[in-house]
Amino acid sequence: MAQDVERLTTLPEGKSLAVSVRHLVRRFGTRTVLDDIDLDISKGEFVALLGRSGSGKSTFLRALAGLDHDVVGEGSLQVPSSLSVVFQDARLLPWKRLVDNVTFGLSGANVKARAMQALEEVGLHNRHMSWPAELSGGEQQRVALARALVRNPQLLLADEPFGALDALTRLRMHALLRRLCQHHEPAVLLVTHDVDEAIHLAQRILILDQGKLTVDIPVNLPDQSPARENEIARIRRYLLQHLGVDTDLADAEPPALQEAPDQTATTSGLAQEPARTRRAA
Amino acid sequence: MNTINSLTADTVSDRRHKPISAIDRNQANSRRSRLGPGKEIRYGAAIGPILLLVIWTLGSWTGIIDHRTLSPPWVVVQTAAELIQSGRLWSNFETSLFRALQGLFWGVIFGVILGVFAGLSRIGEYVIDGPVQIKRAIPSLALIPLLMLWLGIGEPMKITAIAMIVVVPIYIQTHDCLRSIDSRYLELSETLGVTRGQFIRHVVLPGALPGFLLGLRFAVTSSWLALVVVEQVNSTSGIGYMIELARTYGQTEVIVVGLALYAVLGLTSDGLVRLLQKKVLKWRKTLND
Repeated sequence: MAQDVERLTTLPEGKSLAVSVRHLVRRFGTRTVLDDIDLDISKGEFVALLGRSGSGKSTFLRALAGLDHDVVGEGSLQVPSSLSVVFQDARLLPWKRLVDNVTFGLSGANVKARAMQALEEVGLHNRHMSWPAELSGGEQQRVALARALVRNPQLLLADEPFGALDALTRLRMHALLRRLCQHHEPAVLLVTHDVDEAIHLAQRILILDQGKLTVDIPVNLPDQSPARENEIARIRRYLLQHLGVDTDLADAEPPALQEAPDQTATTSGLAQEPARTRRAA
Repeated sequence: MNTINSLTADTVSDRRHKPISAIDRNQANSRRSRLGPGKEIRYGAAIGPILLLVIWTLGSWTGIIDHRTLSPPWVVVQTAAELIQSGRLWSNFETSLFRALQGLFWGVIFGVILGVFAGLSRIGEYVIDGPVQIKRAIPSLALIPLLMLWLGIGEPMKITAIAMIVVVPIYIQTHDCLRSIDSRYLELSETLGVTRGQFIRHVVLPGALPGFLLGLRFAVTSSWLALVVVEQVNSTSGIGYMIELARTYGQTEVIVVGLALYAVLGLTSDGLVRLLQKKVLKWRKTLND
């Protein structure tokens, strides 16, 4: 972890913030991956972070999680001490039964009862004695959610948690995550590349592009049907435009303006990709 | 409309010809992995050894195998019975077993300690790994003359020699398996706020267990191997001594009894370790399942 990070056991009184980031910079070699980022996340707020691959979104999440050892950087970072991370892979210990995977690292009284309750919340309590290898990918990720939430975190960091799941399972997981978050009320930072996932889950959406936060919009979907769909479509179009995807050729900017920055972004992204992957591995 | 009707009629008549349950059962029977090793046969592991025994018996009976070269199985069985009755077999067996177990015990202890220490810390690896690799490059049996000079020809020399041979596979497999534990589990443990002690207990040791057990299989077999050598050098008891004595008198049947005993011991101990493997590594899904 870069040395400048402050970890607070309790955040300043009165402020209802879960996360406070100021002037955060992270560099890999000569490349600045995160460039002067400021961000506040309120308690209980569900924030989705979108970005193209190589945009630095995983680096940002790893900085918040305190997993960026030996990464050069500066800035200040305040996160609650009780935070949980859900990774893209469920990352269950294969030699521990489900219930022991959930209690791993927990201490205190009735740990097992708490784990059973967490497993019940994700609908796997009657399989608590199974081995991880006996579960499907979606079920494994549900156990990972139970393991994250049994700690009652004030901040839940999720790094493309549903990226490896099939479309149907993913929809079911969205509903489950929404329900769990309503119950446990952690602040959530969901890193994803799926625009629809972000719109349907988050109260606020950020886009990270070349190390800078370029978009920060609230999501307030109306309840009524036609208005709701229109709003979803509007946000979707807006986000895709900022991610460099043309949704409507008629709306597109003149090619010269649109393509020049795009190409540099792609090439630099590609050139840096191996370094980033090695970090993540 | 017409086509739909005729289709339904066809299906119904088909079903009448072949009861559904029968079809299902057939499918279940043939549903075996095409690339897997195939179905398990009960006591199938005995087929090879029994075949060997049959060839030996037939060969001796027809006279193809000369009795002076290799005693026939019935003579060996008779000799074994005599040796058991006189108590000679049991006392030699006891001595050998005790020696092997002691050597195995110390070898495993040191192998695990060195393997875990070298696996967990860089300094440990720098200090330990080199000497162990050097030790591995020197044939263990070539060390026996030196051990005899240091420790004499008594039990300490024999046990040390066995332990030194056992330590290598235990160390290599434990260390290797420990180092190949996925670093993602380290990351996970960090986010869960796990202490170093908990990390070692819940991640490192269970993760290194498959390697340790594989090393143990090699170690058990090599402990018997080491036993043979140390018992044929300046020994006055043990199976190896019994064999060596029989060689002097040209008693092939006693030699064969000794060899059979070694074989039984080797197979039994390997079987025990495999049983242990199956019990302890229940969480793994392998080709065997």
